[in-house]
Amino acid sequence: MSILSRAFARLLPMPLHSLFLLIVWLMLNSTTSLGHILLGTLLAIVIPVLCAPLRIPQPRIKRPFKVVSYVFLVLKDIVVANFEVAILVVGPMRRIKPGLVAVPIDLVDILPITVLVSTVTMTPGTVGADISKDKKWLYVHVLDMPDNEQEVIDLIKQRYESRVKEIFGC
Amino acid sequence: MSFTVELIISVFLILGGLFVLVGSIGLIRLQDFYVRLHAPTKATTVGLGCILIASIVYMYHMQGYVSINELLITLFLVITAPVTAHILAKVAMHHRVKVMQRTRNQHLIETARMQLPPENDNKKQDQDD
Repeated sequence: MSILSRAFARLLPMPLHSLFLLIVWLMLNSTTSLGHILLGTLLAIVIPVLCAPLRIPQPRIKRPFKVVSYVFLVLKDIVVANFEVAILVVGPMRRIKPGLVAVPIDLVDILPITVLVSTVTMTPGTVGADISKDKKWLYVHVLDMPDNEQEVIDLIKQRYESRVKEIFGC
Repeated sequence: MSFTVELIISVFLILGGLFVLVGSIGLIRLQDFYVRLHAPTKATTVGLGCILIASIVYMYHMQGYVSINELLITLFLVITAPVTAHILAKVAMHHRVKVMQRTRNQHLIETARMQLPPENDNKKQDQDD
């Protein structure tokens, strides 16, 4: 039994990823014909086996429902911020006050940090530029810097980082 | 196709087109590389989002089912757009691309290049010590 389960683990190192790959393959071809299911299954087995050695263990999502509310919050912020930036771009250039901010971050693992930096970059007006080696500082380029840079830091920390923390339960 | 459907599709297409246009205008008008970086990230998110919604509504009315390819395009965009923006910003810092004169906290670029914590805070701590 243990040999069987070990063989299963070797063949499918990431079962969820395999399932996801198969679904995306079928969605890309928008069919459910037998041929494509077989081809998709083959890809879903081969790709994770090839990628498994590259994998770094990541923390699991502890609260999946929080992900949904987080996605909607970010979507709303993207739309609102888009209008703000669009007005800035069309308006007079002297009104744009760019700046750099170093944001201290408390997240430890790579995946939560990636999620945080991606959301910071997706919301227009801020681009995550780099991260310090010890993973404690995130450098952000801000298109329209308020006079008090602490506002930007507080926004990122309270609005996004605290929620990402909740999702991953760290 | 009924008038309301046509209206919905047109509104989304025009909105999407407007945002992509503003993004392109931003690429021309904005003055340094980092600031320009903000314009295309905007065009891809809301602009393309609107165009994709229009496409989904159109396909739903022509074929009777929700076309999944558009959802996949959205997914890939959401995954790839931040990564490209981040890599571009990083490369710009390593090439010491000029920044606008009135950019604040320019000293942070140096520490960010070396991936070190910001210097000011260390100095402050040293003084405190």
